[in-house]
Amino acid sequence: MGKRFYYFLLCTLTVSFLFGFAYPEKENKKADQNQKVDQCFACHKEIDNLPKDFSENDIHRHANLSCSSCHGGDPNSDDQDVAMSPSKGFVGVPKRKDIPKFCGKCHSNINIMRVYQPRITTDQVEQYYTSVHGKKLLAGDENVAECSSCHTAHSILSAKDPRSSVYALNVPNTCNKCHGNSSLMRTYNIPVNQLEEYSKSVHGIALLKNKDISAPACNDCHGNHGATPPGLKSISHVCGTCHVSNMDFFNATRMAKAFEEQDFHGCEQCHGNHGVQKPTDEMIGVGKESKCIDCHTEGDKGYKVSKNIHLSLIQLKNEYDAANAKYLEVRQKGMNDVEIGFQLQDAKQALIQSRTLIHTFDSVKVGAKVKEGIEFSNKASMLAQKEIDDYSTRRNGFAIATIAFLVFVIALYFKIKDKEKKAS
Amino acid sequence: MMKKIGSKLIDWIDERYDLTPVRNLLLHKKVPEHRHSVWYYMGGVTLFLFLVQLFTGILLLLYYRPGEDSAYESVRFIVTEVKFGWLIRNVHSWSANLLVLFAFIHMFSVFFSKAYQKPRELTWVTGFIILVLSLAFGFSGYLLPWNELAFFATKVGTDIVGVVPVIGEPLKILLRGGDEVTGATLSRFFGIHVAILPAIFTLFLVMHLLFIQRQGMHEPEHFKNLPEEKKKYIPFFPDFALKDLLLWVVVFNILIFLALYSPWELGNKADAFASAPSGIRPEWYFMFMFQSLKLLPAHILFLEGELLGVLFFGVAGFIWMLIPYIKVKHRPNWKIQLLTLIGIIIVAFIVIMTVLGYIL
Repeated sequence: MGKRFYYFLLCTLTVSFLFGFAYPEKENKKADQNQKVDQCFACHKEIDNLPKDFSENDIHRHANLSCSSCHGGDPNSDDQDVAMSPSKGFVGVPKRKDIPKFCGKCHSNINIMRVYQPRITTDQVEQYYTSVHGKKLLAGDENVAECSSCHTAHSILSAKDPRSSVYALNVPNTCNKCHGNSSLMRTYNIPVNQLEEYSKSVHGIALLKNKDISAPACNDCHGNHGATPPGLKSISHVCGTCHVSNMDFFNATRMAKAFEEQDFHGCEQCHGNHGVQKPTDEMIGVGKESKCIDCHTEGDKGYKVSKNIHLSLIQLKNEYDAANAKYLEVRQKGMNDVEIGFQLQDAKQALIQSRTLIHTFDSVKVGAKVKEGIEFSNKASMLAQKEIDDYSTRRNGFAIATIAFLVFVIALYFKIKDKEKKAS
Repeated sequence: MMKKIGSKLIDWIDERYDLTPVRNLLLHKKVPEHRHSVWYYMGGVTLFLFLVQLFTGILLLLYYRPGEDSAYESVRFIVTEVKFGWLIRNVHSWSANLLVLFAFIHMFSVFFSKAYQKPRELTWVTGFIILVLSLAFGFSGYLLPWNELAFFATKVGTDIVGVVPVIGEPLKILLRGGDEVTGATLSRFFGIHVAILPAIFTLFLVMHLLFIQRQGMHEPEHFKNLPEEKKKYIPFFPDFALKDLLLWVVVFNILIFLALYSPWELGNKADAFASAPSGIRPEWYFMFMFQSLKLLPAHILFLEGELLGVLFFGVAGFIWMLIPYIKVKHRPNWKIQLLTLIGIIIVAFIVIMTVLGYIL
């Protein structure tokens, strides 16, 4: 009995040790922090009188700020007369025209804001008053957007929070709440189809359909707190915020000056604005879809340059496509595609750069980059062909191996038959 | 010349270590010849594929580097840069799949010919354990290339373990090496695949082979009832072994063919933050269980459907292992005996569910 007990103990200890060793360590959870009772919230909740848009997830609430932090009053008193007394600083619901300053009490004060976010900017209110919204509000128009129109009043979330009304993916719909309202926009003589156009654009598809938050929403071009339509001169700067090289190339050309003289809208002239589409190689050249022939006619220099640039681009694109087809064949055959992939990456990069160089309107510069791309494509093609040939060699190897196996199998078969014959 | 050297070497060893027991083990066995003899070769093919796995696995170990940052890259290196690396890796992957297929065929052929009955109960039990270990080999090996498909399939697979009451959750965490499938899971699966499983597998395989060698091949009912003079046998060594070898060579050629013409895709590297790609499915041999769990309703009575499914497969597997110990009355007037019928239903279930898994 004693021996059995010790065996049992030994087994249990061994199993426990092995399990304990293999079982991963876990971090201890932090204990919940005690929170003070906020009498404003407690009473308003009890009498079911919380603001309509109230959310428990509001960023201010999470930062342990009370209702009184904005509305004034004493959050420690459960007596309504004391808690909501003007002598305790109670201000109640602010008037619409006062909202920017109301929020600005804290958001324009870096000493307060740095406690919560050390790198936060505090110029939102200042910027707001430079915007069309701000200017009109100051002029007494209470239909324009103020802070709570975009951020909400009581369910404010960080702009990085996907649930926030100002999270990148939600911005177009937030702006559209007013800008899609035809009766409201009629007063200002502003069209209401921006969201519709934007949704079909390359930017809109990237943001709204592919959920790519690096794609621009309304505020990325128009600004947010200082929202205003970009002026004629600033259009290329607005697009150039992201498309830097395109802007630099364009601004350095004689064409930029010509555009200015003709009152052309910079990038917008060829690419459009809210409905901007993915550019194609056919936008340049002398074909039907070309934008160049809107101004240039056969015989002038621009016509010729445009034709040459288009031809070079198509040449590179064809070379790249051919190399890519071979690359896919190599992959499908399970062969070594690594180096081909690198070469193709460089070829693709050269193709992108060539397309960007269009904005120099210089066929020599485009031609040089195209040549570079063709070299990469050819190298990729050559490497791919080598792999495809190697694959054929493997197949031949397999055929030889199969013949060898077959000979062996036949020999074995005869050996077995011979044995059977002898046995019988 | 070679023969002379060979026999001299054997004599040399025999003189010192007495090879009589080994010789007896090899030579005493006779294999019956009848119309169902072909099934005798299935176990041999499974054994051959295991040897292929062992050989190619060791070769892959020379280059494979476990780890979130190195596993995928090293497999890519093997198939693209290492001489014949593509062949070794693809043969390893194909052979793993064929091994499970032949193990299943072998198991069902043994079941339908009732070869598991007394005195071969332990051969069946060890064989079943070997099959379960092969599935574990497959599951653990699937993650090792650390590609997208394997990552998410392992996530789903270990999630299923988690639904088992009481032990499920700790077992899931133990398998994953944490709450999620991470590099820690990869390290564990690598250890399980190349050290723990081979050790246990070898043990059961040796037992399984010794049992077969000691007890000889099972004779089916119709063969047993033949008069003695009509019973035909061939010696296991070398006659049966030569036929085995012939089949092995054919299977090996098929393996190389598959490796060349249908290489195992490596896909994209696993990314825990990427959304799961479409077409996440387990290896085909888990498909019937996966599909059954998918088809079960969310709740059956007071239990979760998935939990009930997992428990069902667990209990069914256990009962299947203990089949030799379950006594079912033989009814001579029944055209198909009860156990055979159950076997047919099981095979049909596995086939139908697997097909449904691929077409639904």
